[in-house]
Amino acid sequence: MSAAKWRRAMSAGSLAGTGQTGTHRQEPAGPSSKESVSSSTSTRLGRMRASIKPRHILCLLAALALPFVATPFFTYQVAAQSLILGLVALSLSFLAGYGGMVSLAQMSVAGMAGYAVAVLGVSGTEISLGWHWGVVLVFALLISVVASALIGWLSVRTDGIYTIMITLAIGVAFYYLVLQNYSVFNGFQGFQKVHPPVVLGIKWRDPIPLYGLALTCALAGYFFVQWLVRTPFGIALQGIRDNPRRMNSLGYNVTAHRVAAYAVSGLLAGVGGVLLIWYNGLISPGSVGTGWLINILVIAVLGGTKHPLGAFLGAAIFVLMQTFAIDLIDRERFNLLIGGVFLAIVLFSPDGLLGLWAALRARWQLAQAKTSTIRRRP
Amino acid sequence: MKANKRSMMRTVICAAALAALPGLAFAQGQPVKIGLLATLEGPFAAGGADGMRGAELAVAQRAGTVAGRKIEVIKASSNANPDVAVNAARKLVEQDKVDILVGPLSGGEGIAIKDYSKSQQQVTFINGSSGAQGATLVNPSANFFRFNTEGAQWMFGLGKAAMDKGYKRVMVIAEDYSFPYSQVQGFMAQYCALGGKVPLKAWVPLGGKDYSSVIARIPKDVDALLVVLGGADAVNFLTQYENSGGDKPMLGGSITVSQDVLNYKGKRRDSLVGTISAGPIADSFDGAEWKAFVADYRKAYPVSAGGFPSPSLFAYTYYQNMKAALDGLAAVNGDLSANHAKFRQTLSTMTLKTPTGNIKLDENRQAVGTTFVTEVVKDSKGDLTTKVLLKVDNVNQLLGMKKEDFQLGTRDVPACP
Repeated sequence: MSAAKWRRAMSAGSLAGTGQTGTHRQEPAGPSSKESVSSSTSTRLGRMRASIKPRHILCLLAALALPFVATPFFTYQVAAQSLILGLVALSLSFLAGYGGMVSLAQMSVAGMAGYAVAVLGVSGTEISLGWHWGVVLVFALLISVVASALIGWLSVRTDGIYTIMITLAIGVAFYYLVLQNYSVFNGFQGFQKVHPPVVLGIKWRDPIPLYGLALTCALAGYFFVQWLVRTPFGIALQGIRDNPRRMNSLGYNVTAHRVAAYAVSGLLAGVGGVLLIWYNGLISPGSVGTGWLINILVIAVLGGTKHPLGAFLGAAIFVLMQTFAIDLIDRERFNLLIGGVFLAIVLFSPDGLLGLWAALRARWQLAQAKTSTIRRRP
Repeated sequence: MKANKRSMMRTVICAAALAALPGLAFAQGQPVKIGLLATLEGPFAAGGADGMRGAELAVAQRAGTVAGRKIEVIKASSNANPDVAVNAARKLVEQDKVDILVGPLSGGEGIAIKDYSKSQQQVTFINGSSGAQGATLVNPSANFFRFNTEGAQWMFGLGKAAMDKGYKRVMVIAEDYSFPYSQVQGFMAQYCALGGKVPLKAWVPLGGKDYSSVIARIPKDVDALLVVLGGADAVNFLTQYENSGGDKPMLGGSITVSQDVLNYKGKRRDSLVGTISAGPIADSFDGAEWKAFVADYRKAYPVSAGGFPSPSLFAYTYYQNMKAALDGLAAVNGDLSANHAKFRQTLSTMTLKTPTGNIKLDENRQAVGTTFVTEVVKDSKGDLTTKVLLKVDNVNQLLGMKKEDFQLGTRDVPACP
């Protein structure tokens, strides 16, 4: 095809195309544009209603009923802890799954929020300033968002393993800071007796209130991420994950989007960190040590990072194993069992539990499709 | 094949159900459930395993029953972090419903468990080998008992021994948390009073790998080093100090020269010979009960089965505390009614017979007991062991001071530069 021919064909095609779409669009535009303005909220509600399936309601009911069926121990130590760790892991799986950035410093960010609660609020140590819990919460979340954005700002220009190295370095640096600083962070001993405030006459550290609080925050975090990844910002972020150079040439500010993603993940991790210190009632450098930095990655990978649900699934498996593995196997070998299960999940399903679930469902649907075609035959 | 698989599955489920049954059927008070918490992970993993051996030995000596009730021991592990210890304790208390909890192992854990015990009045908490002063000295808990002496008491007598050896100035190298603070205080309380000087204290992080900056700071004019490091940390420090050509004599903390460090197989271990240290046990103490205890330990846990040549401090303190729990149970005939009222009364007032002498509790439910000052020597078989220099009886938690003069040990208290 010659250049002239090609040019003619293109211009004709585009003319035809615009002409066609023009007529197509103009006809219904008149009546529907008014309608869409008036009904945009109602259609959004309708869409939400349509996206809620019976299994969602079933899950929610099960989650609400759990504390009344299970023992207080199970509610507190297994369920509440899973939700809280899940929230911290969610901040990582949001970054990794939708932003393509694996940060090992998420537990440090959560720890910063926790330390902020301990230092600014009330604890058993003289260092604590004893501010009102509302002010403390605002500062704790602000600190975690700003810190996370700063970590992001430092690390977003790198890729893959270099991001992991930088965030790991930041995490370890924070660990040694709190371990060796006595005037602010109280060194190795950290802070004891950091309890949630008594609000509305409820002791928020009792199993059911804490579980309720964790469940509310976890659901909020889950739906927040679900919503965010469908907004223009979320779509752009996923575009940047898949091809940053193309997004850059399309006029998107790649760095700004990534730093903003870090800030969002800082908020999620901060909420998780505040809940975690209320759950433990204490914080010490061990809570932000390398072990925990990696545990958060393990949780996120176990569950799968393709969907916000994965973080909570991974946390549940992790906490169940941590709590009960010692009952199943010889006392000095129980970590072997934990490691074995993790290895098995990652080996058989590179995308964690979610990947396993998807594979099972695909197989089931294939089987169904086969049976239905058989049935349709006369 | 398919049927085979299914039947196997069924067998597994049946077996699991059967295993769960006794727990349900006999929950009504027949066996007495004792939770055992020690560090099987982290920096004190070797010590934690030996602590468990000590506690099990106490159970085995009663053939697994007390006052006609079977003793059921349920184990849990932590990694020396207080939050992990409280999580493990919560599982024992709230999930496994133990009557008595023996543990934990390290100082910070002890304070956290003491705080937790206040919210669980139905359970009696007996310490494992945690040696932080604060666990019984500050806001004591009515259901937390400690039948081992603590970190400061363990070092009482070392100050005098150091002066006797002619060490006038000593530098302190210790880990930066509550237990070493206590240890250093126990040493300095006596040492400073006798006119010794401590010009410099270096506090190093727990689990640190690199001691070169500390070694560089050691002043030329000190006569000896007081090293209060535990387990792998102590071994690391000794290797690096030796490599950098250091030759100052050493004073050891109670866990610096415990059996797990003496067992270190490296070339540098000979540098430990001549070290004086203090603690609640001495391998070569020649009391008849102690010898019987060591023989029992060796018989139950020969070196070939992973035991140490001689029981470590952790094995001994866990043994002591488990024995206290069982002796108390025997004295009240297994009666744990009314929130353990009789049992706790007995624990508070009884005299516990231990391999190193009698132990009584003070009004904070803290042991008053014996401390040994020892010197490391090589025995005929080439094993490192300790020789008793001095035995100090009835060391109390205030180190012989008056209550109003006593200040809890910290990084800066006491001081005599």
